[in-house]
Amino acid sequence: MFQTPSPTPPAVRFERVAKTYSGARGTLRALDGVSFDIAQGEFFGLLGPNGAGKTTLISILAGLTLATEGRVTVMGHDVLADYAAARRALGIVPQELVFDPFFSVRETLVIQSGYFGVKNNGAWIDELLASLGLEDQAGANMRQLSGGMKRRVLVAQALVHRPPVIVLDEPTAGVDVELRQTLWQFVSRLNRDGHTVLLTTHYLEEAEALCSRIAMLKAGRVVALDRTANLLAGTASTMLRFKTDDPLPPAMAAQARITGRSVQLTARDAAEVEALLGRLRGAGVRIEELEIGRADLEDVFLEIMQAAA
Amino acid sequence: MTGWRTLFYKEVLRFWKVGFQTVAAPVLTAVLYLLIFGHVLEDHVQVYPGVGYTSFLVPGLVMMSVLQNAFANSSSSLIQSKITGNLVFLLVTPLSHRAWFAAYVGASLVRGLVVGTGVFLVTAWLAPPHFAEPWWILIFAALGAGMLGSMGLIAGLWAEKFDQLAAFQNFIIMPMTFLSGVFYSVHSLPGVWQTVSHLNPFFYMIDGFRRGFFGVSDVSPWISLAVVGVSFVIVSAVALRLLAIGWKLRG
Repeated sequence: MFQTPSPTPPAVRFERVAKTYSGARGTLRALDGVSFDIAQGEFFGLLGPNGAGKTTLISILAGLTLATEGRVTVMGHDVLADYAAARRALGIVPQELVFDPFFSVRETLVIQSGYFGVKNNGAWIDELLASLGLEDQAGANMRQLSGGMKRRVLVAQALVHRPPVIVLDEPTAGVDVELRQTLWQFVSRLNRDGHTVLLTTHYLEEAEALCSRIAMLKAGRVVALDRTANLLAGTASTMLRFKTDDPLPPAMAAQARITGRSVQLTARDAAEVEALLGRLRGAGVRIEELEIGRADLEDVFLEIMQAAA
Repeated sequence: MTGWRTLFYKEVLRFWKVGFQTVAAPVLTAVLYLLIFGHVLEDHVQVYPGVGYTSFLVPGLVMMSVLQNAFANSSSSLIQSKITGNLVFLLVTPLSHRAWFAAYVGASLVRGLVVGTGVFLVTAWLAPPHFAEPWWILIFAALGAGMLGSMGLIAGLWAEKFDQLAAFQNFIIMPMTFLSGVFYSVHSLPGVWQTVSHLNPFFYMIDGFRRGFFGVSDVSPWISLAVVGVSFVIVSAVALRLLAIGWKLRG
């Protein structure tokens, strides 16, 4: 029988994923019907405030948590029914800085390879150690490493079995600049080589610089899902920043981000910038150090989170 | 195939790297029991005709060490990995529940038998052993270690804190071991306690094990084999089921 070849499956598919936690203080709906696909080869960002459900969603993807409803696949493999294939296709860098104190860096990586049935992985382990700047620590016990070095080992551990899909859960939280750069260079290279990357982060400039598409979660729901460029274009794209000692007109103050003397307003285009400046002049607000620039993802993020509230 | 062998190897390496604490220390403890109880009771207690108390005590102490260390290995490894969080490295792998079981119980078996052999070698020098029916020695040592490794697995899955695990060890494993006839023959107990002892599967492990040394036992070794075999199968089935559903592992 001739069979039509199945179309390329998405790297990751979330279908109506829900998670409810029942506790002594009632039930918590951590995820409420999350659905989206991540295509193969994408660099995808998952953003949201604390408690939005990002880590719960990642945990369900990795098989660490069981969804209450819905279905998740990795490269077409169901994370429950076909868990072995799904987990082989997935490399996950956990958020917590965990390690096994009994072993050295190299032992840790050899053992992790073995769990995935990968034998004679020395060459790839050497490459990982070199790419992450860990060569000098290969023989060191995990306990002796600094936090940043442990974080690098976590990344190497997630990649020992060369997974096509890589998940980084807040990988740069509390990490120094040097490691951030090493990490992003390396992950970008993997993405260019065809690996799909799913990133959750609090650093919006990182998501803006790296991710081609972004989903924003709030209270367990997807509140935005689009190409990064469209998200930036679709909302007020111009940013107006100045300092003042005078009170803003109330209608304007409600839309502004105010930090001390510093005020930030967003506008769709140059005409709206002019209109805003006219209203300020009309209200007698004296402004200093005026800057006009492009809105960044942080502005988009705040706008979407406020709209979803 | 390599997957479970890696986990097995890692679990063996884990205790071997701290062998002073996991092997040498329990051997020393068992030898101290032998020296003190043997010295005090040698001239006062004769359990089987023609067998001195010290000689009688050796197999019991060997088996007690096998059981306690097999339990300690899987349970302490699991609780440590749970508390430090590094169990996540295992949870994200394609290893099946059978692979987990084989690796954790296999490594517990190895630790139990290594410590048991250590105790035996040291005490053999103090009380030269007999080997009346040596096959029973191997069968009961392996089944006992396997069953306790399995129980350790269940306890390690269940416990969320070290003190819960300690409670399991002190209130279940220790009494069941001590009341199983390590230090005495249950025939020397009052009738009620003999009946109670016969409800304890650990009694059959030690009685069958001792049979291998002396060729005499409180009950037939075939009955002991049946009881221990069935207990092993039940405990293993429970452990496998809990692993399969990810009990206390996958929320």
